[in-house]
Amino acid sequence: MAGFSPGMEGLTDRLANDLEAAFPELVAACQDELHAGLRRLASSPTDAADLVQETFYRAYRALAGYPTEQIVSLRLRPWMWTIALNLGRNHLRSRSRRPTLPLDHDQPSWDPEPADSQAWDRRLRFLSPPGRKAVVLRHAAGLDFADIAELLGRPEATVRSDVSRALQKLRTIIEEEK
Amino acid sequence: MNELDLKGFRVPAPPGVTESVALDVGLVDGYHTYESPVGQVMVVFNERGVGAVELASDEMLDQLVIRRGRLMVEADPPRAWGSGIERALVEGRPGRLPIDWSGISEFRQKALTVTATIPFGQVRSYGWVAGRVGETGAARAVGSAMAGNPIPLIIPCHRVVRSDGHIGNYSLGGPEQKWTLLRSEGANPERLEDLATKGIRYLGSDTTGIFCLPTCRYERKATVQHAVEFRSPAEAAAAGYRPCKVCQPV
Repeated sequence: MAGFSPGMEGLTDRLANDLEAAFPELVAACQDELHAGLRRLASSPTDAADLVQETFYRAYRALAGYPTEQIVSLRLRPWMWTIALNLGRNHLRSRSRRPTLPLDHDQPSWDPEPADSQAWDRRLRFLSPPGRKAVVLRHAAGLDFADIAELLGRPEATVRSDVSRALQKLRTIIEEEK
Repeated sequence: MNELDLKGFRVPAPPGVTESVALDVGLVDGYHTYESPVGQVMVVFNERGVGAVELASDEMLDQLVIRRGRLMVEADPPRAWGSGIERALVEGRPGRLPIDWSGISEFRQKALTVTATIPFGQVRSYGWVAGRVGETGAARAVGSAMAGNPIPLIIPCHRVVRSDGHIGNYSLGGPEQKWTLLRSEGANPERLEDLATKGIRYLGSDTTGIFCLPTCRYERKATVQHAVEFRSPAEAAAAGYRPCKVCQPV
């Protein structure tokens, strides 16, 4: 599988055993792919960061309520993405009842986004919604086609052709930019 | 996707996600520093509410982590009620601020909830609080509850004094701080100590025939020439005085 995330072997067992201790591992393992995907789907750095956090929040709440067998049998990556895509669809609910890390002070400012990032927001607007979702899940999140097919509820062959058509279109758009 | 350069397409997560999420799901607590009459204090909170108030210092931060068994990160309080913290510190009452009661026994919660109703600038005794909790005679247990008050200033245990009227001890930096706080609220601790030393527990007004606890707002309205001193409710009753309905001295 073409995942970009570090390995999650045995993580379901560890989550089932001691959720509090193992949860930071899940965050470390999934944050980059979640952010990469949600950043492209949300078209806004702030919304993406909020969605990533909200996804982990929902995941934690859910895991805390699941019986052990259910946690052990989870396929974590697609499961996290089910939550993320649902949130993306409903977009942001209020997070106002929970404390937040201050973003304006005491926080080392990170590198600004890559120069091309905003250009991708613009380019993706030319794609059909299914094509956009599929290409983002494949090439930003790094999910395999089978998982994407399941997440989007579309046949795998359709997803493959959506992705390849989307890439073709992006290539044309980039050509036209030159 | 041959030749297609996907540079900038994948933006990894910004730093700090792990900490933010840990705070968000309640694996760690947040704290923020505020000004108070006794100096800078750290207010600890999570999504359940305010969990602790302590004098601000690095050692205290370490102690809090040990006492609460949770790591702590400096954070902004929840937007929904965070602005209420400053006000609660100034007024010395929680108002609608949610409280994280986890780990606090039911009796202590009740005692602290009663304490939260004591008005600004007034004092009540441990015994008085015990009576309101419905455990007359549990003054000592109320004393322990006050000593273990995790949220001083906001739950104003500095307004609870010994049953003999003396100011007594204080957990947030010692008795001097209790005096400082009472003084800042206009409660005149010197006068309270003086009355306690003389054994005077109640004050009546000969114009109304009502007796009050020292610091009750009605007691404070009585002028010196009309003030009558009592050592016990029985003495007040024998003199024909009835207890005040506001401060409920008995």
